[in-house]
Amino acid sequence: MSSDTAASTPYLIRGATLADGTRTDFVLADGRIAEIGSGLSRAGASIVDAAGLIILPGLVDLHTHLREPGFEQSETILTGSQAAAVGGFTSVFAMANTSPVQDTAGVVDQVLALGERAGYVTVQPIGAVTVGLAGERLAELGAMATSRARVRVFSDDGFCVSDPLLMRRALEYVKAFDGVVAQHSQEPRLTEKAQMNEGALSSELGMVGWPAVAEESIIARDVLLAEHVGSRLHVCHVSTAGSVDVIRWAKARGIQVTAEATPHHLLLTEDLVVGYDARFKVNPPLRRREDVEALRAGLADGTIDIVATDHAPHPVEAKECEWDAAANGMVGLETALSVVHSAVVDTGLLDWTDIARVLSSTPARIGRLSGQGQGLLVGAPAELTLYDPAASRVFGRGNLAGKSANSPYLAMTLPGRVVATFHRGYATVLDGALRPADEISALGGRTDG
Amino acid sequence: MRHLLSTKGMSRDEAILLLDIAEDMADVADREVKKLPTLRGKTVVNLFFEDSTRTRISFEAAAKRLSADVINFSAKGSSVSKGESLKDTAQTLAAMGADGVVIRHPASGAPHVLAESGWIDAGIINAGDGTHEHPTQALLDAFTIRRRLHGGAARGKGLDGVTVTIVGDILHSRVARSNLWLLTTLGAHVSLVAPPTLLPMDMSGWPAESGFDLDAAIDAGPDVVMMLRIQQERMNAAFFPNSREYSRRWGLDDERFGRLARTTIVMHPGPMNRGLEISSAAADSAGSTVREQVANGVSVRMAALYLLLSGDREES
Repeated sequence: MSSDTAASTPYLIRGATLADGTRTDFVLADGRIAEIGSGLSRAGASIVDAAGLIILPGLVDLHTHLREPGFEQSETILTGSQAAAVGGFTSVFAMANTSPVQDTAGVVDQVLALGERAGYVTVQPIGAVTVGLAGERLAELGAMATSRARVRVFSDDGFCVSDPLLMRRALEYVKAFDGVVAQHSQEPRLTEKAQMNEGALSSELGMVGWPAVAEESIIARDVLLAEHVGSRLHVCHVSTAGSVDVIRWAKARGIQVTAEATPHHLLLTEDLVVGYDARFKVNPPLRRREDVEALRAGLADGTIDIVATDHAPHPVEAKECEWDAAANGMVGLETALSVVHSAVVDTGLLDWTDIARVLSSTPARIGRLSGQGQGLLVGAPAELTLYDPAASRVFGRGNLAGKSANSPYLAMTLPGRVVATFHRGYATVLDGALRPADEISALGGRTDG
Repeated sequence: MRHLLSTKGMSRDEAILLLDIAEDMADVADREVKKLPTLRGKTVVNLFFEDSTRTRISFEAAAKRLSADVINFSAKGSSVSKGESLKDTAQTLAAMGADGVVIRHPASGAPHVLAESGWIDAGIINAGDGTHEHPTQALLDAFTIRRRLHGGAARGKGLDGVTVTIVGDILHSRVARSNLWLLTTLGAHVSLVAPPTLLPMDMSGWPAESGFDLDAAIDAGPDVVMMLRIQQERMNAAFFPNSREYSRRWGLDDERFGRLARTTIVMHPGPMNRGLEISSAAADSAGSTVREQVANGVSVRMAALYLLLSGDREES
């Protein structure tokens, strides 16, 4: 496999397996999928042997914490973009809880520009719903929407917009530019000092519980508000069986609600808390086996629309401490596809066509992101991922490409492996290895727009 | 025994061994010279991230009676309150050569983290972690019950068939949790009585009955009634309306005390709120073991320190 150095270098991907099992070749040129078919050839193209590899549209993560500006000890837009590329992503939505908060056009445009300079993925900023995430007054949603970053997703993630009037107004206001409010559904009073899922295990361990009802009651309120004002609502990181029921009911009623589940909530359970290893501390917390099963069923029947990582990097010291003092969150970009593979593909609930839907086309559509999630069609932007489903690996620190190591999967055996990622027609990952930042930056800058 | 972190998972044999050693230690307290050379040259650090004078001095007395050197490290007003991490504190103690660390911490699981972290090689004794466990309190309670029931013939015995009713703030009580596991392991039947707000949300895995009615529990004639301290600040968080109402419904007042059999053992881990969860008549009665519990605490903690720190510690 030859390595290219110019944006214009075409790629010929040979013998990739489509989601339906058929094998075909792809030619990528000028940032687009130029040809699809068997026995293709292209003069001067770099050839990628994709025998045994599934080809997926580039993955789109609607929920990523890139930490820059403000928390660069945990992650930067560059390192987070690299983690994304290694995980097969070609776009990430960057959550607003930076410092300064992404609550003005200036900050979201800065994040956009840093993403473009890094060049590994499309970094689409999310705007805060309220000034400083303080939950008191609306941020300049319109200014962010009309800025160069064209923000369409607004979220105070990390905090719930718990004030019902403010939530109503936000839902109404974003209709002016076809926006969506992505809610972190957590009733704050019911979760004061909460440390883990409330139930038998929290009772035994003497930990303050995070009850399912604190999530479900906010979702129930919000879907009714969305219905009342005719707005779009997106529910972040659904974690309980009851939440799935509420959303299923809302969809049956015709309410415009979409929902996401994280890979970790689709795989891991609260039992991991027993050893007090703070890598397993996350918000919302890991839940019961029944909740995991309900989330999987919800993803399979479409109640839950997408998988989003909630990639949340933290420095070592934020996790190497007693449980109560530890930060919430897990990194997840590098492992997302393998974890979803394990949780819902290997269990027969979803096929690879479904994976393309829940990890590419639907998140792009919810976030109104052009240039992403358009699928594997001639003329579509060349955003794609080659994945080896037969691989298996013991996941280790060396498999993480971001800055932080707070992965719950270290030392776990995970199926599959991302072999290559193509963004705007150029490879960001080849042979499972990240291409160097200077090369990618040069390519990314050149193909801007 | 490498560490003493919880009573859950402790075997009956381990528990009885520790209680029997505590009997031997109690004998020392009756001697003119209340001191053994067993832990001479060993250093025990009392690492307290929460104020608890009673527990700390009990451990201090226990360590000193075994001739250990004792360092009291109170996290309040120290570098810890200036943001030093548990890791750095642990590594500091390790560098000073601590053989045993007795830790009291507001976070559930902190002693476990300390024991598993590799930051320090010392034996760890949990002296109360958050609302999780307080194993030496349960051991001293079991010791106290066993002595009351069997006197000088207590050695080797469990608590088979003994009925114990624990009353009060079960939700926030590490004493209740440690007692639940230990007493049932020793063969006792445990029941829990509390306002519904002060019972854990899901006790399906607990080997205990629970209820809200103290009068019914009293009339069932338990062998032991253990009253837990009620924290006044709980009423501000809407767990119950006020102390008067709490006392009326869940306090061991004179009237309820009078309905107990004379042989009933009345326990309290201290410090007591007299007139709130327990009346003075009950606390000062012949059935009350409140002062014995304090004395037995030293013996039980001596036994724990002995098991962790004497001889070689290579077994783990």
